[in-house]
Amino acid sequence: MSEITPERVAHLAMLARIALTDDEIQKLTGELGAIVDSVAKVQQVATPDVVATSHPIPLTGGMRPDVVGETLTTEQALAGAPDHDGSRFRVTAILGEEQ
Amino acid sequence: MAKAQLMDFDKALELFEPVLGFEVHVELSTKTKMFSDAPNPAFSGNEITEPNTAITPVCLGLPGSLPVVNEQAVRYSISLGLALGCQIAPTSRFARKNYFYPDLAKNYQISQYDEPIAFEGSLEVELEDGTLVQVPIERAHMEEDAGKLTHVGGSTGRIQGAEYSLVDYNRAGVPLVEIVTKPIVGAEHRAPELAKAYVSTIRDIVRALGISEARMERGNLRCDANVSLRPRGQQQFGTRTETKNVNSLRSVERAVRYEIQRQAAILAAGGTITQETRHWHEDTGTTSPGRPKSDADDYRYFPEPDLLPVTPTAALIEELRDALPEAPAARRRRLKEEWGFSDLEFRDVVNSGLLVEVADTVAAGAAPQQARKWWTGEIARIANATDAEPASLISPAHVAEIVALVESGALTDRLARQVVEGVIAGEGSPAEVVAARGLEVVSDDGALITAVDTALASQPDVLEKIRDGKVQAAGAVIGAVMKAMGGKADAARVRELVLERAAQ
Repeated sequence: MSEITPERVAHLAMLARIALTDDEIQKLTGELGAIVDSVAKVQQVATPDVVATSHPIPLTGGMRPDVVGETLTTEQALAGAPDHDGSRFRVTAILGEEQ
Repeated sequence: MAKAQLMDFDKALELFEPVLGFEVHVELSTKTKMFSDAPNPAFSGNEITEPNTAITPVCLGLPGSLPVVNEQAVRYSISLGLALGCQIAPTSRFARKNYFYPDLAKNYQISQYDEPIAFEGSLEVELEDGTLVQVPIERAHMEEDAGKLTHVGGSTGRIQGAEYSLVDYNRAGVPLVEIVTKPIVGAEHRAPELAKAYVSTIRDIVRALGISEARMERGNLRCDANVSLRPRGQQQFGTRTETKNVNSLRSVERAVRYEIQRQAAILAAGGTITQETRHWHEDTGTTSPGRPKSDADDYRYFPEPDLLPVTPTAALIEELRDALPEAPAARRRRLKEEWGFSDLEFRDVVNSGLLVEVADTVAAGAAPQQARKWWTGEIARIANATDAEPASLISPAHVAEIVALVESGALTDRLARQVVEGVIAGEGSPAEVVAARGLEVVSDDGALITAVDTALASQPDVLEKIRDGKVQAAGAVIGAVMKAMGGKADAARVRELVLERAAQ
């Protein structure tokens, strides 16, 4: 049985700042449940000697030296901003705080 | 809570046992950011003044950009982990901490979650009277700093009532190490003092390692202090609060003391503590509630798919272990001996948080007692008066230069104090201040002899007394000469000349 419940979908939507109707929640509960159930089948073949992985290719390392490169100009940085004051991004005051 | 409603500190300790925990964020001073080759504003060699100029597509999380780990930041993090007595994970992983807030453009912070690079450590912390306390370290993990928001509109400049916010992403992506302690029990009435000593020890360590500028007033080193109380005899921990924004050593101590007194008053009156973040207010010395923990505090951590695991070799870890500086407590014992300070003198230096400054000044060539005298005297006095950290006012090299000028006789103590003042005021190096303000001691005997003769001639009665062997009478003449020279004479030399000339 799927662990995806309508309550969980509503919670995830809240976390992702996505407004969902009740109908959408119902629909997504079914769809997400099917996806999770399918992925869970992997657990049937994962034996204790298979190391958990977060990446399909078993690579490690891949670091860079500490050398300064090119930066964006302020104009470039702000080019895609919906709003700015010439040097900083301007955003709606959001009730919250640094994490 | 108004101060009057707080419970007396001793009374609070009679009823409750405080339990502490700290999260200290250290900004690493690598040349570039954690995952991007943008210049790191936490490295003073990078001069960054304008907003949004130290950023790349990675810092903005633009589509198609990919993070790449800064090798030096990993080395620094391992060194710090080792200095905290931690084990270093042969494999550690980055994770996404998902949250929606415009201080990061990606809607997540790259951090480490269940596989931190360093874990299970212990740090020896020395209290003011020399008592050693072992602080258990749970973990030290790597992550990126967030951008800076300025709230505009509203009356207070704070988020409440703001009309909009301006975001500068220069700080976004600065390499951070977050050091998390386990619950610290048993500190009792010394809990506030331990809090200060702990943060101070971390500061000394990262400075000695040379991995952070560690300037609290600039946010290079930030402390969140967790405080909870449990009634005497109870095993279970009480509900804790997390006080943020504690940006000086003195504030850490005050904030912990305040929270103990505040929580004790609430608990003793039958109330309950809300688990929440609280903000420290330096001006009033109080904390106020921030945001209670809510449903939204669900970060849905998952492994960062854009980054590979970090797998330092055993050889690298051993290389970094061998390169570790002395542990702070051992170093203190050695320096005290080398400098020949009394217990009191040494403690004065340590408790003023000036050990590194004095050591650097001695390393720059100054006599230990002179280095101590200037830092804990004049410089500390000015720092206190201006509410600044002494280290932010003047460099050890400049203090050593001033000490050398005094020793060579080029400056008197009085003139040297003016030089210190000039350097702190930003007038340049000691030599430049001396030249610009004309503070050089008059070492030309000709000018001094003229002044001495004039002073003796105008005080014939004093001259008589000196000639009669009443040498102490010379003081009046010396004073007159010093005054005539505008203080720019070496008093000892003036005294010699007064006695010499009087005898003629």
